[in-house]
Amino acid sequence: MVNVANQNILLDVQNLGIRLNTSRGPAQAVREVSFSLRRGETLGLVGESGCGKSITALALMGLLPDSAVVGGSIKLAERELVGLPDADYCDIRGNRISMIFQEPMTALNPMHTIGRQIAEPLRRHKGFSAAAARKEAIALLDRVGLPDAARRVDAYPHQFSGGQRQRVTIAIALACQPDLLIADEPTTALDVTIQGQILDLIADLVAERGMAMILISHDLGVIAENVQKMMVMYGGTVVESGITDAVFWRMGHPYTQGLFRARPRLGAKKGTRLKTIAGTVPELADLPTGCPFADRCPLVEGRCRAAFPAMVRVGDDHLVRCVRTDVSMMNLPEVLGA
Amino acid sequence: MSTPDTAISMPAVVQRPATGFWRRALRHRSFVAGGALVLLVLFAALLSLVWTPWSAYDIDIAAKLKPPSSSHWLGTDVFGRDIVSLLLVGARATIAVGIIAVGIGLSFGVCLGLLAAARKGWTEELIMRMSDFTFAFPAVLSAIMLAAAVGPGMVTSITAIGIFQIPTFVRVTRASANAVWSREFVLAARASGKGAFRITTEHVLPNILSVLVVQATIGFALAILAEAALSYLGLGTQPPQPSWGRMLNEAQTLLFQAPSLAVYPGVAIATAVLGLNLLGDGLRDLLDPRLARER
Repeated sequence: MVNVANQNILLDVQNLGIRLNTSRGPAQAVREVSFSLRRGETLGLVGESGCGKSITALALMGLLPDSAVVGGSIKLAERELVGLPDADYCDIRGNRISMIFQEPMTALNPMHTIGRQIAEPLRRHKGFSAAAARKEAIALLDRVGLPDAARRVDAYPHQFSGGQRQRVTIAIALACQPDLLIADEPTTALDVTIQGQILDLIADLVAERGMAMILISHDLGVIAENVQKMMVMYGGTVVESGITDAVFWRMGHPYTQGLFRARPRLGAKKGTRLKTIAGTVPELADLPTGCPFADRCPLVEGRCRAAFPAMVRVGDDHLVRCVRTDVSMMNLPEVLGA
Repeated sequence: MSTPDTAISMPAVVQRPATGFWRRALRHRSFVAGGALVLLVLFAALLSLVWTPWSAYDIDIAAKLKPPSSSHWLGTDVFGRDIVSLLLVGARATIAVGIIAVGIGLSFGVCLGLLAAARKGWTEELIMRMSDFTFAFPAVLSAIMLAAAVGPGMVTSITAIGIFQIPTFVRVTRASANAVWSREFVLAARASGKGAFRITTEHVLPNILSVLVVQATIGFALAILAEAALSYLGLGTQPPQPSWGRMLNEAQTLLFQAPSLAVYPGVAIATAVLGLNLLGDGLRDLLDPRLARER
């Protein structure tokens, strides 16, 4: 077992900035993203489509398009990953950092058996023989809860259901015992009943192996239940970060509050409309100079638009990128409609 | 509301790959029919090496344009040569042209197409513009140029047809490879630490194989027809070496006196092309594990 008590910082991201070349010109897809993770820690990234959470994950994996310009620093166990040659990155991917993708129906190659696809990283990174890799693949399939693993290891992806395929992709991601697991919306494409099972499985495996995990989701409920720390992203930057319980207890950023109000609730009166956040997400190609949320914010004032706001500390390790936290955090129960 | 005890669906039969390929193949109708027709053409070519009813090269002007009889089963042509013997010997040229020309087009075209899809950027631009350039010259024109440089003959025509096939394969390969590259399992493969070469050989190539098989059968058919056209211009197989294309073109001048002369090589070409197309269709289905269960 990996020592969970190892408190050395595993992943250290400082001032990550990503500029993409799009058809509409250069776009600052991510700016000023900083966080660090220790072994055994779990971090949630939450935000709506196009807020930069998946791009951040791809940057950690070194899988951005060639034209992307990455600034800042990503250190995995003290080793700088920004600017690392692709050949060296290939030794890290699937070995020390693994990723689970959103769409299990398409994340597996239809032409190869699942056994072969699980065995590949083992053979590539760990130098397993074909027989040993196959044996390990069966053990992994068993561990991720696929019934009758020894027999089904030779089946093709189309012979499995969505939930089963996601279990297979988890087995692939875990094959080499990575230090860091990135799960990019691992349950979005699954049935609600299967979602819980898969998230429980991931949580068990993370605890069992002492990995660090980054869980990406647009679902506040998933984040609340599955991670210790969370970051809320908007317009390519982190607008709020902190211990999950602390953030849910005292949401500081008007955007986080808006997200929270927008969730559907059990026991709401029939016919109650969900609260929405007015306006639309800004285009990454022409972000405003000031706060990216300014155009949709109920508390906006002149200085919000004047300069990009800095992170403000509102509690232990609880940071909010807003100049108006004094107003936004007054009367929180009423603001959140709880 | 949902219930927590939803069963995970599971296919009833777990398919064993590879084993039983031939059993499945023999139950696949178009594979069997195509295979039989292709074997027939192959058999004709092989048979001609050891036996023909008459010599395919002996001219007997007295016996020209004879109708089918017990000695000449399909009659004789304008030079009195036995049609059956010509068809048997002509199968050799057809097979040689088809296999070698498609082989040239396939090997160069697929490599370049995969490279273009994997490297993108200026490599892709260069390869695609070069294939556009080659594409702009018809096969006949490049054959004439080649013949002017090295002299006419079967090698010249095969080479010209082969070069003509390359850009087609480049385009088909690149287009389907690009589609595979944008699939999520390729991203997943990259995330598991695979480089571009391994992704190309292990993920891209198997997934475009069916397209290539179909394109190869079409290319084979085109090569046979192109060989016929080149032989007609005197750039392909040289007399007295018979080929189906030459027979067809010689028959053209006698279309009203002896129409059946055009029918026999025509049927032979159609048989080969049809057989290859059916075989390609069958292979495409048999190579795809997703379609394997339904057969």
